[in-house]
This record gives sequence, structure tokens and C-alpha cells, in this order.
Amino acid sequence: MDNVITNILVCGIGGQGVMTAAEILSQAAIARGYDVKKSEVAGMAQRGGVVTSHVRFGKKVWSPVITQGTADILVAFEVAEGSRWADYLRPGGVAMVNTIRLPPPVVSAGLFKYPDDPVAQMRAAGVTVYDFDAGAIARALGDLKLVNTIMLGAIADYLPFPAADVEEQIVGRFRERKPAMVAVNQQAFDQGRAAARERAESTRLLAAANQ
Amino acid sequence: MSAAVQAKAQARLLLSGNDAIARGVWEAGCKVATAYPGTPSTEILESLSLYPDLYSEWSINEKVAMEVAIGASMSGARAFCAMKHVGMNVASDAFMTITVAGVVGGLVVAVADDVGMSSSQNEQDSRFWGRFAHVPVLEPADSQEALEMARYAFELSEQFNTPVILRLTTRVCHVKAVVTTGERVSKPIGGFQLDAKRWVMTPANAKNRLPAQLAREDGLRTLAETSPLNVFEDGSDRRIGFVTSGPAYMHLRECFPDAPVLKLGLTYPVPVALVRELAAKVEHVVVVEETEPLMENELKAAGMLEIHGKDLLPRIGELSPAVLVPAIYKFRGEEPPPVSTYVKIDPFPRPPTMCPACPHMGVYYTLSRLRKRLQISGDIGCYTLGAGHPWNALDSTISMGASMGIALGMDKARSEETKDKAVLAVIGDSTFLHMGMQGLLDIVYNRGNVTALILDNRTTGMTGGQNHAGTGKGLHGEDTPRVDFVKLVEALGVKPERIRKLDPYQLPVLWKAIREEIEVPEPSVIITDRPCVLTEFYDRLKPYKMLDDVCNGCGNCVNVGCPAITVRRSETKTLANGTSRDLKFTTIDTAMCTGCHMCVESCGPGAIVFSGQ
Repeated sequence: MDNVITNILVCGIGGQGVMTAAEILSQAAIARGYDVKKSEVAGMAQRGGVVTSHVRFGKKVWSPVITQGTADILVAFEVAEGSRWADYLRPGGVAMVNTIRLPPPVVSAGLFKYPDDPVAQMRAAGVTVYDFDAGAIARALGDLKLVNTIMLGAIADYLPFPAADVEEQIVGRFRERKPAMVAVNQQAFDQGRAAARERAESTRLLAAANQ
Repeated sequence: MSAAVQAKAQARLLLSGNDAIARGVWEAGCKVATAYPGTPSTEILESLSLYPDLYSEWSINEKVAMEVAIGASMSGARAFCAMKHVGMNVASDAFMTITVAGVVGGLVVAVADDVGMSSSQNEQDSRFWGRFAHVPVLEPADSQEALEMARYAFELSEQFNTPVILRLTTRVCHVKAVVTTGERVSKPIGGFQLDAKRWVMTPANAKNRLPAQLAREDGLRTLAETSPLNVFEDGSDRRIGFVTSGPAYMHLRECFPDAPVLKLGLTYPVPVALVRELAAKVEHVVVVEETEPLMENELKAAGMLEIHGKDLLPRIGELSPAVLVPAIYKFRGEEPPPVSTYVKIDPFPRPPTMCPACPHMGVYYTLSRLRKRLQISGDIGCYTLGAGHPWNALDSTISMGASMGIALGMDKARSEETKDKAVLAVIGDSTFLHMGMQGLLDIVYNRGNVTALILDNRTTGMTGGQNHAGTGKGLHGEDTPRVDFVKLVEALGVKPERIRKLDPYQLPVLWKAIREEIEVPEPSVIITDRPCVLTEFYDRLKPYKMLDDVCNGCGNCVNVGCPAITVRRSETKTLANGTSRDLKFTTIDTAMCTGCHMCVESCGPGAIVFSGQ
């Protein structure tokens, strides 16, 4: 087997669950027998700052960091953070973006401006973006913490192993500790997956119409 | 974390370098483990605390952590301590003499360098301690090596009667990788043996041990040439042979898979003969090391003047693929492969902030109101954020506990311009106990005119909330005696009437206390007493909301700095006298608000009321 490495960059803000999402992807890859490395940012960045986690898996992974222009998937828990890391995608890579806007205090105080449309900026840069409001799906399901599961569902079709592998990693965690949460996480996963498919399809149709 | 603790031997787990070290230390039969928290090393001891049959503690600072480990080693137990790079500066006094005395039970010191500086005040290369103290340095490159080297370090320590430095970097500590676990070995404690010539380091006794220290170093130099930790990996591309260590090896193998590589795990003493063998096989030797040219200079001192290293590569930060590839291609006289990237989008910065209701905000809001009259000497912790927006109320941060001595120095070196300013020292509870007490004693002893603010939030905040002697809880959550800060500073000689303990949420009380104490020309201490919002001690109160029609846009609440308060509308108003004023109409994120009511205290028109949720 060729040593093909899958690079997934997960980004967001401290407290959003970036590390958990990266951990679940890593565990799913390990369960498939891959070598895995996962880099984390900790320390000061936890205090409402920028958080990223690099997940790399394949037959043998050397460097734990994803370099610019090599990420297969960018998972952004916040839309402007998605734009910040978009240049890490490889040509043909996919940015899966939660459209929530979380301006930091420096923006709210007027020192900096929050971009009007970060998704449009990413598209203008040539990035393939599938954006949707994961928070709205989570709210409808009754728990904002489900955003994590929704985002993992959204990228599940873009991984080199079955979506069920990721779903099992998520559900497995709840089966032991909070069995009542299993069903709603399964729903969240499916709805995230469906939302991504819908965005991919509409993007494809739009591109076809523009040709 | 718990997965590694419960795992049997030969389990295959995804572990961070820190968790892997903890496992390796435990497998080695270590009996006593100590640390003071510090990024990126903190999780090593947190993880170790979960293992059975091993004593572990948060020590008061790194020097004491080192001393406890030394005492255990003297007593014949395998002993371990962990710290970040700057912690080793603190611990080095004890370290530099135990290297003369030697060890009984294996003594391993894990020092984590924050290469790239994610959360530190400097970037230093702790491998220098090996050369300085004549002790071996082991450098793992990933989690599996971290586990194996941690385990082996105890054997090496006992074999050569020396402490061993396990040098880590952020990319080892905070990278998770697949690890296979091993068995714990049994290492019964030998017991302390009286031996004054060895343990009482008077000049006469210490002098007698110095030759042994140098002989040991010679033995280690021989070992480095044959150690299985130093591996030659041949490659077909003989243009450059690399000498490398730590995570830089991983980046190198990723970028130059066909190059011959001498991968060093035991990096001090440097195996010169092995590098000569490599040099004979290749056109050029390039040393790839983070961060200083330590091996490079050793090799050059040994006569290998033709080797390359820091003439090609930076001495600052991580040697990641993005750094290595262009540098090595340039050396080879080739264009680096094109990096196909999208146009970089650079939105606003997102610096770390204080949490909603953080008690530090009340202090910095108050200090920012008195800003022009103050010189503020700061310290290391979450409250260092007070230097940033919107408070801008901290003038210096150097090292743990330094706020006190630096404030005294500022007080004793007043110019015509600063003679009327009040000098303040701002320090947290954990940092005060770590190294601030001595500075305050110096202020009292030398009659300094300094007002010290001890921000007691009952935790070591920035590293994620660890217990210390001021929290009343130990590493394992057990009850322990709790330091009484009022009595402590009184015992240091601060007059009882100059000691105040207050709630930083009560802004008018805080304001009055600071105003009064800075007027008094003698040492005074204000202790703010309110737990960190992320601790078990914190009680959430009822959240507030903003009455939009009452808010007059004064912006005072924005200056408190709470992330739960955001500006919903800005406008510039022209006043009757022709001047203009920026108005900021705000809103409160009720879900984030914990009801600390500091913003209520700042609000003129009374627009902030309970949300009723």
C-alpha cells in the first residue's frame, strides 16, 4: 500500500470542541489500523484564542504538522477561522465551515473589523467551501454541544474510511457514559452529513449553471 | 489519559508525549514524582498522579520539586521531576550540585522547551544544562520514544550515577501518536545510607567528587558512540547527510526521505565519531537541531569545521517542513518545489482573552482608570493578559515572582518624571507562593514604597487550573492545609493596617482600597479574593441583560473587558462644544454571563439588569 497521508486541519476557538473532534477522527483512523499523529495547540491559546488541531494518518506518518497547501479537509467551527486557515488546503481540498460568527473583543471594541462574508472571501480565493449553520441544526435538536457531532458528520463522506467508523467513535463515547445521548448524536451526525451533501450538490449545480 | 493508566503491556494507544512519558516513568518503577505546572510540561504529572504505587505532588516551585526528587533518589527510590524550560532555571541551584554528589535511585528530570513559544516568556535550549552540569541528555522525537526514553533514563541514571535530562519540546509534549505500552518493573526503595562525604557538599567533600564527575562524562562520551539511541539510517541521496534530534527528525524524514540521517536520541555528549562516519559517506553534513547550534558547535570544536547548521537554518522556533524545505533546497542550489496554496486570507487577530466574569478584570479595569498615576510591575499568569486590550494596565513581565523585586527596583530608581507615580506589583496566588514571597519580604525589609496586589483566584489558572498550597487541595484533590495569605504577608512584616482582603467584584471597594494604599508611602498589600470561574469553587450567579433603550453608549462596560459584552452599534456624536465622542451601544450575551455584576458597577445609566433567565 502506498503511503498516502490524509491531512485534516480542525480549527476554531478555545472551548468549541476542536480538540475533541480531532481526537474522534484520530481514534477512528487508529481503529482502521492507520498510523496517526495529532498536533494540538494548548497554553494561552485556550483563553478564547485561535485553536487548531492537525490530524494526519496513513501507513506511516512522520511529521506531526500539516504544511500550507497540503490539507485534504479543513473543518472550521467558526467562519472567520475557516478563512484564516484556508490556505492550508491542497488544490481540490474541501473546507467544511460552520457559519457561526464569533467576533472577539478586539473586533467588538472597534479595533478590527469582522469581514462581511468570510465564505465569499474563501470562494474568491478559489477554495471549495461547503458552509452551513451547524448551530441551527444543534438548536433544533435541543443541544448546542451537538455542533461537534454535526461537523464530524459533515466531513464523514470525505474520509478514506466509512462514515460509520466516525459515527461509532462518537456514539461509543456516549453509550458508556450517557446512553440517553446516543440517539440524538446519531441524528446530529446524519443531519450534518445531509447538510454537507446538500451544500456540495448545490455548489455543483451552481458551477454547472455558470459554465 | 486514563486509557494509558489502565492499559496492560503491549496495548496500542494514541498518547500525547506527556502521557507517554508518564507511562514510561511509571513502567520504570519510579516511586516519587514531582512538578510545578508549566506549559508544555503540565500534563506529565497530571497523568502520573493517576497511576498506583507512586507518590506524586505539585511542589511549590521547580526548585523544591527538584529537591524532593533528589531526596527520594538519595533514599534509593527512582525519582522524577518535570518542569518547563524556565522552571529549570529555578531548579538549577539544586541540580548543579546533585550532579556533583551523584544519585542512588535513578533521577530523571524532564525539561520541556516551548519551541515556538506558544505560552512562555522566552525560548531557551535546555540541552545546555547537559553540558553545563556534565549530565546526559535524551531527546525523544515522538510519543513512543518519549515512553521508551523515560523508562531507559532511569537505568542510565543508575548506571552512571548521574541525573539524566529528558529534553522535550512542545511538538513532543502536545502531539498525540500511536504508542505501544510496556510492563512496570519493580524497583524497591533501598533506603537512605549515611555518607557525609557524598551528601554533605562542603567544599572539601565536593572537591573530592569533581574528578568523578568528569570521569563520568568521559564514560558517557564513549556510550554515546555505541548507544542504540543513536541510529544511522542510510539513504541513496548522498549530497547531504543530516545529523538531527527530537521532532526535527520527523520533519526531516517527511521532507527528505532518501537522505542519510544520523538520528540522535542521546545528544549530550555528542557522538563525534558517529558523525565522522557519516561525513565520510556524504558530500555535506548538515546539523538540524532545535533551537541553538549546540551539537554543531561541539562538532566544530572537535575539528569538523566543514559542517553546516545554523548558517542555513534559523536559531529561533521550530524546524518544520515549511522551514526545512526552502533552506535545504537553497543550499543545494535548487528551486524548492512549488507550494500550491490559495491566497492567504488574514482576518482580524484573535488574541487570548480573560473569561467572562474573570475576577482579574475588576482589578485591571480599576487600574486602567488610575493608569496615569501608576507604574505596574506584572507577573506570569492569566493576569499577564492585563497588558492587553482594553486595560493596557501592566508595564512589565519578566519571570515568575519578578513583579515584587522589579517593583522595588522601580521604586528605588525614580526619575523626576516618575517620582510621583505609585509603584504597584501585581501577582497571582500560585505565582506568589512559587517565588513572589521572597520579593515581598525584600520590599518590606528594605522599606520599599510598593503596593502589592495578590490576585487570589484559588488556582494555577493559565496552565489549566492546578491546585497549590493556597487552594487547600493537593494534586489528587485531597484536603491539605491552606495558606492564609493575610497571616503570611503579616508575618513577612507588612503592617496589619496595610493589609486588605476584598472581593474584586466590588469595584467601588477595590477602587477605594487601591486609591488609599497608593497614597501611603510604605509597603501595602491588597489581596483580592474570588475564585477563578473555571474552578469548582466558583458559584455562578444569575445572568444580566442590557436594556437597549436605557443604554446611552458610554462604553464603560466595554472597558471592563468581559467577552460576554459586545458592541451592537457604534456612532460618533458631535457635542455642543464642537468636539465629538464615540458612542458604543452594547449587548450582553446572557448565555455567557455568570452574574458577576462588574459591568453593572461600571454602568452610569443603570441599563444592566437581571435577565430573568
